[in-house]
Amino acid sequence: MTSMDALKNKIAIVGVGTTEYGNFPQFSDYALGAKAFKAAVEDCGIDKNQIDGLVCCRVPFYARMGEVLGLNPRWTLQMPPHGRMSGMAIIEAMLAIETGAADYVALIYTNIGRSRRVNYGGDEAASLWDPWGFTSPGAAHAMMFQMHQNRYGTTTRQLAEVSVAFRQHALLNPDAVMKKPMTIDDHEEARPIVEPLRLLDYCLINDGAVCVIMTSAERARDLKKPPVLISGVGARDAFSQSSISNFDENFWYAEARDTAAQVYQMAGVGPSDIDGLMCYDNFSPTVLFSLEGFGFCGRGESGAYVEGGTLGLHGALPTNTDGGHLSNSYMQGWALNVEAVRQLRGECGARQIKDCNIIQYVAVTPCTRSIIYSRA
Amino acid sequence: MTYSKPLPQADDLLMQPFWEHARAHRLSIQRCDDCGDGHFPPSPVCPHCLSEEQTWEPVSGRGTLLSWVTFHRAYWGGFIPDLPYQCCLVRLAEGPLIVANFAGDKPAHLAEGLPVRAVFHEMTEHFTLPKFIVE
Repeated sequence: MTSMDALKNKIAIVGVGTTEYGNFPQFSDYALGAKAFKAAVEDCGIDKNQIDGLVCCRVPFYARMGEVLGLNPRWTLQMPPHGRMSGMAIIEAMLAIETGAADYVALIYTNIGRSRRVNYGGDEAASLWDPWGFTSPGAAHAMMFQMHQNRYGTTTRQLAEVSVAFRQHALLNPDAVMKKPMTIDDHEEARPIVEPLRLLDYCLINDGAVCVIMTSAERARDLKKPPVLISGVGARDAFSQSSISNFDENFWYAEARDTAAQVYQMAGVGPSDIDGLMCYDNFSPTVLFSLEGFGFCGRGESGAYVEGGTLGLHGALPTNTDGGHLSNSYMQGWALNVEAVRQLRGECGARQIKDCNIIQYVAVTPCTRSIIYSRA
Repeated sequence: MTYSKPLPQADDLLMQPFWEHARAHRLSIQRCDDCGDGHFPPSPVCPHCLSEEQTWEPVSGRGTLLSWVTFHRAYWGGFIPDLPYQCCLVRLAEGPLIVANFAGDKPAHLAEGLPVRAVFHEMTEHFTLPKFIVE
């Protein structure tokens, strides 16, 4: 297999911008996207007219977004509103910059699902399984966590460690939606949604937008802040069980192992070198699957691994220091990539990881992706 | 009485033979006439060899339990009276996976790998739903 190893440290994230997170019925996707874009432009000090590449994710119509921002790029890409797209989009932008298709790419993600009452199940996500009442990504993750319990004896109290660690981080993040402390007992007593999962295993649904601006490492030197380099990427899709959406009977273990091999080889590091993990957490079990698949612990051992605060800011593997999807904001991976950048710049205040040099983004989904970021 | 749960999607022509077999109390999967690959859910071409020649084949209705969940939230009003209700994931003896329900109440003992068998519940005059009992 031809690798992308030659792209190591050649492409950089130079600007990031986020909106407030919450319930904003007064704002359209485009209004939120414009706020995030403006923040990212200010963050890197670029003349916005230099931007010649545009990626829109969950934004309804890329052309309207371009109209709103006064952009007429030479490279444009529209991505669907799936959580797995953020890592994919950043890798696509990396390739576009490397090939010269664009010099400066703005990637914009918007979400108005909270104020518009999106459910993620039932008739809005019709499927073959509706007559049996099986619906929603949460149900698929409940099905997988039940299997993890059966096979490895993982407990819901161990699962709670994930939600509790991320909530503690959210309490240190002034931008986070969730402000209330959470204990393992709170998690155990929360109302069940699709058992074995409970409310506190589910991500938030909130409005907001994120913008990331990327360019070559060389051009990045002329911008305002120290660039954050993409040191490694990895990818593997698993489509053969797509009719049961968001489900894999082995929790995407093989795909995660494959992705891990690619990303660690390209970056020249391993799991023990990672200062902080940004782990896609649509549902808390995804974090356990990710830790196993990427070799932070052995297969089936994630329950024991997360016990005692391993994922906390002062634990062995600080993870989702912004609070993640579970407690910061439902920005479908995008805010986690922004948090990676902010950690490497040392901008995270009370939640700053000490001596932070290497951050890894991981999304274990039917399109498993990972990105390793480092300081220039 | 009106049936208020979701019906099979009327425009899903690919699945129609499955529902027709179900009305005759037969579970079925799609099998490729050229390479013999058996698959479910159905596909317009064989995912293994891309042949367009495929036939619906009745299968044993036997399988093993892979997983199960309990819904405490109804995404359709028709399921509210059933709350909490279970869905199960079954690997058919012939290979493919199917999501369904247990027939009757939640079985007292559940474990991955338990043998299960399909039974058929006539939900309306025109629509029969396969469910599973643990053997």
